[in-house]
Amino acid sequence: MIEILASRYAYALMFVLLGIGMYMMIANENLVKKLIGVNLFQTAIFLFFVSVAYVQDGKAPIVPDDPAPGELAMASPLPHVIVLTAIVVGIALTAVGLALIVRIHAEYGTLREDTLREVRADE
Amino acid sequence: MSSVELLPALLVAIPILLAAVPIVLGLRYDRTGWSVAAVTTVGLAAATIALASAVYADGQVVHVLGGWGEPQGIGIELVADEFSTLIAVLVTVTAAAVLAYTRIGGPRGNTFYAGYLLLVGGLLGLSMTGDVFNMFVFLEIVGLATYAMISSGDGPESAVAALKYLILGTVGASLYLIGVGFLFMATGALNMQVLGEAIPQIAEAGGGDLTLLHAAFAFIFVGFALKVAQWPLHTWQPDAYQHAPDGVTPVIAALVSTVSAYALGRVMFTVFGVDFLVATPYLTEIVVAVGSISVLAGSTLAVIQTDVKRMFAYSSVSQFGLVVAAYGLVTETALLGAIVHLIGHGLMKAGLFVAAGVIALGYGARTVDEYAGLADRRPIPAAATAVLLIALIGIPPSVGFIGKWYIAVGSVQAEMWPVAAVVFLSTMLTLAYAARLLEKMYFTPASALESPHGPGAVATDGGERTDGHNTADAGAESIAADGGILVGSSSRGSPDSVSFGMLALLVSTAVLAVVLGFAGGTFADLLGPFVTEVFN
Repeated sequence: MIEILASRYAYALMFVLLGIGMYMMIANENLVKKLIGVNLFQTAIFLFFVSVAYVQDGKAPIVPDDPAPGELAMASPLPHVIVLTAIVVGIALTAVGLALIVRIHAEYGTLREDTLREVRADE
Repeated sequence: MSSVELLPALLVAIPILLAAVPIVLGLRYDRTGWSVAAVTTVGLAAATIALASAVYADGQVVHVLGGWGEPQGIGIELVADEFSTLIAVLVTVTAAAVLAYTRIGGPRGNTFYAGYLLLVGGLLGLSMTGDVFNMFVFLEIVGLATYAMISSGDGPESAVAALKYLILGTVGASLYLIGVGFLFMATGALNMQVLGEAIPQIAEAGGGDLTLLHAAFAFIFVGFALKVAQWPLHTWQPDAYQHAPDGVTPVIAALVSTVSAYALGRVMFTVFGVDFLVATPYLTEIVVAVGSISVLAGSTLAVIQTDVKRMFAYSSVSQFGLVVAAYGLVTETALLGAIVHLIGHGLMKAGLFVAAGVIALGYGARTVDEYAGLADRRPIPAAATAVLLIALIGIPPSVGFIGKWYIAVGSVQAEMWPVAAVVFLSTMLTLAYAARLLEKMYFTPASALESPHGPGAVATDGGERTDGHNTADAGAESIAADGGILVGSSSRGSPDSVSFGMLALLVSTAVLAVVLGFAGGTFADLLGPFVTEVFN
């Protein structure tokens, strides 16, 4: 058990972060904080992909000039590319989400979900 | 590279590139969005039909992006096979047809049509992609465009519904991404073809990698259950469908969840493969259970709704439950039934939501009670709604019948008797809510409930706000471009606002739903190669 935690702590951390993000989305009444929860949730996944790509003593995956470099330990570049793409997607989502929150605030004058429910129930 | 091989890439790239055109032209001219969208979607429909004729004649067409040359599993591939082409045809034809409604019915504005084209591009990409990570990107493109389209409604409710969908949809896509991460850890590949070959070997070897595959499937299935709106993860869908503008709901109801359900089928059958699905303990049982419960919960909730659009939304939950349950049966006939039902449900729901929009526009009716006596006053929309509802119940001859028939036969073949019972029960429950509407339209006199709300003050969706305060910032994105003209889903019913195009669209959808009821054999012939390949 301790050995697993010592060698795989990155995965454990990822699920802790994932849980915190999920909890923020569910339990927080403030819409902006909900969106921060979504971001945390996504960031946990990015860190997971980065830790998947880690290679012990691995270098940055750049092919050296030497035509016969022999055996090289390199970090896998593919997950990094995936994370870059996913970050871009995440930014777009955050932007759309914030735009929606601005509109909700302009219409109802509140950012809190419980107040929003009351306002909508009164209408 | 022949010209047919270029088509899959062009189908994805052209709508996404042209999505910028309405905004750029909008700087000079006010109302170009509709024309650009109409020309593009009609062109895309022609291109997908050309692609379909090539695929059904000569087998699948593969386009390798980025100049990797022959398919080798390194670059991202776009694959048009018998399954994906059929979905692509549904996407482009529906997208082109629904424009007949939005021309008069709104929403208007160049930015709206930019989002529309982005949505079509994303859906086509999602249906063609042959790479599991690329599928995530397209899922999110579709999601982003959908959130923007839902929030283009006039009322403030639409923004709340869109935000709810945004949060849940992002979680769904993120769970899918975790699943992709586990798949990548187990196999080191992202290409569906390569994954499909690697997974049986890992499953045979067993050990830790097999556990990774199980975890990957669990995350991917839950992610898609959210996107497809399976009970109990369906809560975003009724709000989103009800509060989206009337011109948007047909597109998202017919296409967004359908293509997500297609993607689930693609991942289950092309990536994981039949052997993995059958060999993993409890996997098929769980998939079938989720689908069956969605069928029952969705249709029960539909029966108790008062708002017509909300009722149709819950009906979607139950119809997609049938598709997911059919996936879980893992027999050839059930898979064929799932695909036919995907197409048929998309067609019928597009028609029903267009009908709901037309009736709201021309008659001001939005709740089941307000539909009273509709058949006398608006015979054409009422008749089209009736035909589509009967098709949705699954009374032959209709496309709804052949889908359900194949699923029922598949469940008998798999000896999963509970599913056969669920299919039968779903028909009964669909009849329950469809009959409510039919009874109101044809057998309840209108006089008692004539215009229950004064003009411009219809209760749903805060319609009265449209000409009041706040419109400037209320729907800034959707309104600004056309100078504050607001027709959209404002609820004053006037027959003049119903155009000939809308009625033609409605009638042709209803006719198509019946005519395709005779096409069961054609579907089986078209999809035969795909289904055979999956099961051998």
